[in-house]
Amino acid sequence: METLWFIVVTLMLAIFIILDGFDFGVGMVYPFVVRTEMERRTVLASIGPLWNANEVWLIAAGAVLFFAYPKAYAAGFSGFYLALILVLWLLIFRGLALELRSHVDHVLWKQAWDTAFTTASLLLAFVFGAALGNLIRGVPLNRDGYFFVPFWTDFQPGPEPGILDWFTVLLGLTTVSILAFHGANYLVMKTEGALYKRAVSTAWVMGWASAGCTVLTVTAVPFVQPSLRLNFAGHPMEYLVPLSGLFALGSSLYLRQRQRDTAAFLISSVFILLMLASVMFGMYPYILVSTTDPALSLTVFNAATDSYGLTTGFTWFGIGFMLVLAYQIYVYSLFWGKTRSDDAH
Amino acid sequence: MTSALLYDRLQFAFTATFHYLFPQLTMGLALLLFYLRSRALATDDDHYQQVSDFWTSIFALNFGFGVVTGIPLEFQFGTNWARFSTFAGGVIGQTLAMEGVFAFFLESSFLGILLFRKRFSRRLQWFAALMLFVGSWLSGYFILATNAWMQHPVAYHVGDDGRVFVNSLTGLLTNPWLFWQFAHNMTAAVVTASCVIAAVGAYYLLSGQHLPHAKTFLQTGVVAGAIASALMIFPTGHGNAKQVFEHQPVKGAAFEGLFTTERGAGLYLVGQPNLETMTIDNPIEIPNALSFLVYKDLYAKVKGLDAFPRDEWPDNLPLLYYAYHVMAGLGTIFAAIFGLALLSLWRDRLFNMKWLLWLLMLSAPFPYIATSAGWMTAELGRQPWLVYGLLRTAHGTSPLVHSGNALFTLIGFLGLYLLLGLLFVFLLGKTIGRGPGSIDSQTTYPA
Repeated sequence: METLWFIVVTLMLAIFIILDGFDFGVGMVYPFVVRTEMERRTVLASIGPLWNANEVWLIAAGAVLFFAYPKAYAAGFSGFYLALILVLWLLIFRGLALELRSHVDHVLWKQAWDTAFTTASLLLAFVFGAALGNLIRGVPLNRDGYFFVPFWTDFQPGPEPGILDWFTVLLGLTTVSILAFHGANYLVMKTEGALYKRAVSTAWVMGWASAGCTVLTVTAVPFVQPSLRLNFAGHPMEYLVPLSGLFALGSSLYLRQRQRDTAAFLISSVFILLMLASVMFGMYPYILVSTTDPALSLTVFNAATDSYGLTTGFTWFGIGFMLVLAYQIYVYSLFWGKTRSDDAH
Repeated sequence: MTSALLYDRLQFAFTATFHYLFPQLTMGLALLLFYLRSRALATDDDHYQQVSDFWTSIFALNFGFGVVTGIPLEFQFGTNWARFSTFAGGVIGQTLAMEGVFAFFLESSFLGILLFRKRFSRRLQWFAALMLFVGSWLSGYFILATNAWMQHPVAYHVGDDGRVFVNSLTGLLTNPWLFWQFAHNMTAAVVTASCVIAAVGAYYLLSGQHLPHAKTFLQTGVVAGAIASALMIFPTGHGNAKQVFEHQPVKGAAFEGLFTTERGAGLYLVGQPNLETMTIDNPIEIPNALSFLVYKDLYAKVKGLDAFPRDEWPDNLPLLYYAYHVMAGLGTIFAAIFGLALLSLWRDRLFNMKWLLWLLMLSAPFPYIATSAGWMTAELGRQPWLVYGLLRTAHGTSPLVHSGNALFTLIGFLGLYLLLGLLFVFLLGKTIGRGPGSIDSQTTYPA
């Protein structure tokens, strides 16, 4: 049961990164693909009705983490205090940018929110990548199961690390490039004409950038977190997961070149899912690895709530999850196809 | 450490109070919007469609601010209250996760449809309004189930390591405390929404614009407001107060200002609590009223603060006392205003009664004050406990988040939310200034 919830949380995070990831990506490539106000509106309308529900996957994943592994939630959220509050402020700005831009018809108002949208999307994508880097690298958990990391120390992933070191920065950049690729793929699917062409060339550049970053990251991980390497070495079949992830990235680039727009987007989603699944396989059973003493690490077993809670939760979660999938697919189907330029609200 | 506790508390209190300014309108408006969209569907005329579209745009603006200010609350359980999360995650993790999965997704998925409604039929718009209503009220339910458990813990057991775990999900979701709390809170949300709708109607009527819409706003707001503000007092307000005296007698004694245990205790309408003398200064009191309200007996004994050890008293008595009296006083005034307005509406006079329209227009901010004061009563009155009788607030903080960090982020939130408040008022003013009918509702596409 403890393991099952680990898969659930990872799956929810993956759905968050895939869905909200494309609208973060749209935010990052936004200044590169739009030239006219009409194009800006089209791009914003392509994510307008969807981004909010996408972001709920983050909130829901956080809440499910809280429910299933209260200790990991408490330690992680208080330990990354400053970074998380920063994330909150950025999420607020990004939400406001998307909601408020259309309310006032003034060029400076629109430019200000456009800038806020792009900046917040970029920084958030970077921070989410760095956060994943922190989970892989580990944190200095103490005897009571808590830690507190500053923004940075000496930029080395040692026993007293900061939120930012060379490894987490690399993961941040990797995430930025992958989500920009993903978002550009989404725009290619949703747009036409000049906008379409610019989205295609952006997707091409970001696709190669993410290929480069991903290779660097995959090479770095075993050095930074040896337990991950041991985990994979113990179960060689698991190597298939990251390998098929890399294969998916390659296929996505190939499909991009063949102008199979929808397929390229779907395969870049699969790529993200497989990369997160690789991290999950590599980390299991650890949720938070301690850099000071491995015995102090939080695992899916010692951080979990009791078995009644986990079992009961599974019943309602199963129902709720199916419902959410059903109506989210329905809402997506309503907005399927190329976005019309008169689709603003 | 002690000062971090203060900043942690202030930050949560501030961000939660600020956040709740938005969902209370969302939840109340969701109900009224569903009614308006039902009328639009039934009558098939453009009048109700325009009315619905106007309130949908205000709903959406309000919802957007509610979402962005709501996310920090869920995060803060972990960031600032880590020991509480570790202690109680086995119980409240359930309700908080259920809120995310069952309610929040529903709201945000269907809001997209209403925002981009030009593409869709009226029937689908109506359905989206229904889903928003269901989603926002479910959200309120799960959040209140969480708070009800903190006020009145049920359906849990203590594990070997001292943490608590739920042992009956049904028990948690049907906490007896929750029934009155939910009823009281949701009727309050309807009062807020009714007040806002009636106020905008009164503003248009007084300034001579959008007259047909203004009349519909007033009718809807006044009827819903009269019903809801009556329900606020009885039975929901009464039910809440009774359960406080039953399960949290020290909170009841504190917010009523009852320092000493009395037979035939009176009810203070006004007066200032004096902590030196442990009395109420300059009181206006209805004799025996408190005994009667709580026990239906004029001479029943009501426990005062002196019946409880000092370290179990709520830690800010005057604030709690004033918050409660502000809430109860305003609630009574709303009932009077709405009662009067309903009577005038029924006798076909309301639209010509300038002074009453002025009163309705100016009353709009006050439900927000009343609900904030109401929540202060509930939460200050729960002190010194975080989970009533189980965990003290001082033992719930994050051990390694020091006061400098907490103060820094508190100041950050203050500044950011000031900006948010200004933006909201500015955009709300713009939307009201533009008025109903300007939002294009003619171009509906068949779905």
